Amino acid sequence: MHAQRQKIMWSPLLIHLLFIGITLSMLIPFLIVVIISLSDEQSILHHGFRIIPDKFTLLSYTYFLKTPDTILNAYGVTITVAIVGTLTSLILTSTLGYTLSRRDYGLQRVTSFYVFFTMLFNGGLVPFYILMTQVLHLKDTIWALIVPGLLSPFYVLIMKGFMAKIPIEIIESAKMEGASEWRIYAQLILPLSKPALATLGLFILFNFWNEWFNALLFINNEKLVPLQLLLVRALSSLDIITSRPEFLQAGINLDMSQFPKTSAKFAVVVLSAGPMLLVFPFFQRFFVQGLTIGAIKG
Amino acid sequence: MAYIPMFGVIVAFKNYRYDKGILGSDWIGFKNFEFLFKSETAFRITRNTVLYNLGYMAVTTICALAVAILLNEISKKWLKIYQTSMILPFFLSWVVVSYITNAFLDHQNGFLNGWLAAMGFEKVQWYFNAKYWPFILNIVHLWKAIGFSALVYYAGILGIDAELYEAARIDGAKRWQMVTNITIPQLTPLIIILLILSIGNMFRGDFGLHFFIPNNSGMTYSTTDIIDTYIYRALSEVGDISMASAVGLYQSFVGFVLVVTANYTVRKINDENSLF
Repeated sequence: MHAQRQKIMWSPLLIHLLFIGITLSMLIPFLIVVIISLSDEQSILHHGFRIIPDKFTLLSYTYFLKTPDTILNAYGVTITVAIVGTLTSLILTSTLGYTLSRRDYGLQRVTSFYVFFTMLFNGGLVPFYILMTQVLHLKDTIWALIVPGLLSPFYVLIMKGFMAKIPIEIIESAKMEGASEWRIYAQLILPLSKPALATLGLFILFNFWNEWFNALLFINNEKLVPLQLLLVRALSSLDIITSRPEFLQAGINLDMSQFPKTSAKFAVVVLSAGPMLLVFPFFQRFFVQGLTIGAIKG
Repeated sequence: MAYIPMFGVIVAFKNYRYDKGILGSDWIGFKNFEFLFKSETAFRITRNTVLYNLGYMAVTTICALAVAILLNEISKKWLKIYQTSMILPFFLSWVVVSYITNAFLDHQNGFLNGWLAAMGFEKVQWYFNAKYWPFILNIVHLWKAIGFSALVYYAGILGIDAELYEAARIDGAKRWQMVTNITIPQLTPLIIILLILSIGNMFRGDFGLHFFIPNNSGMTYSTTDIIDTYIYRALSEVGDISMASAVGLYQSFVGFVLVVTANYTVRKINDENSLF
């Protein structure tokens, strides 16, 4: 009896300790990035990164505030891509998912397989590159960042799985009342699919926000560089940020030899990842709900 | 429509030249493939891709399952905090994660070398040493993926009929017995479906993970290079379109065969668990 009671007392505590450990290992890296972006360059040069640096400074952020063009431009590109992309993608995913979910649609099996097959087999990077540059001529346009992410077969299947659980009787009775197919979709199906739309919407939004691969392949135009590509380029050098003409002009009253190279890089990380991480908690309720419903069936 | 890009696949069988275009270039049959498989590269990138994917699959599945089962044992209030913090890394891009990794691994300034030095050990040149990378990449991958995988399994656990646990409790089952006799068997279909999906992707590596985390450092290619990073380099640095295309086709073809075989095997064993 005694041993039994001890077990009941101890195991939740152990589980909590374990989870606190995991939580810390998840959050500390974020904290570290913020701290480095606030560290004094001289302190980094002498002692390396430190959890508590000798000197905190806002210098790397003030540089970006004084010459905000590069960052603001990148924000503009990223936000445009994220909003246009997410809305269009949600419309496409939900219409296709809905069509596939209708059991009274004659070609359901064939179309489903057609969508699903793209998940299994594709030509790879080269045909994709040729298609984008030579067939669609999207190189150096903002569409190069939007179009490839518009339709993911995996999300279509999740959407289909969710919508297939809406009883077909609802659709049939709406039809009896004389509702058109489009009206059924817009006024019945979409409101009923809110959890799935919110979940997939969040995923798609993050995909567009974090998009760097297509930018790396297709974007050379300085005006179209999204945040993530700015980060990719800053990985090798900060020139992309410091060599812009605006920066050099502003450099008259900024001492470029004092430019906080390391902490500036991490400041860009904070600026690019920060907004999404702030958005995430507000979506989390839908996210967990949507996934819980969608994942059970798999 | 979706298969129009497939047209480009024929480049793999040609000696592609920019001036002649796709249709104008000369056919050379399987020469590109022959060249690839005669070099050591094919073996190295295939081995790396497959082994890393197997590693990620095993490590993430086991850890995420354990986390999901433990999440089910604690109160809802704490659950939210733990879950939120665990999923956060999932929403970062690999570029951002590579900066974080760099904060730890940087030769000069990194935390790890700082701690090693403080404890009196030699500093390690992480980005020049191939042997550390299997561990580093697995840890980084786990860090980013565990929250999401755990959530998927946790959702699966929530879907298990509560009556099963009720009955077990009446029969006097302990918590651990419930886990092994109810939770895990009930989750098996979900685990298998996810495994089939990842087996199909076994030839498709995570480009971002293998390109940015090792900083595209040439010294570590022997243990970090995968098919995807190889294709990218063949395309962007060497400019060999036909070769890159051949590798891409090889990758897709084997991946396709793999997923069909995996699904077939599962259907043989248990029809209910198969994907299609």
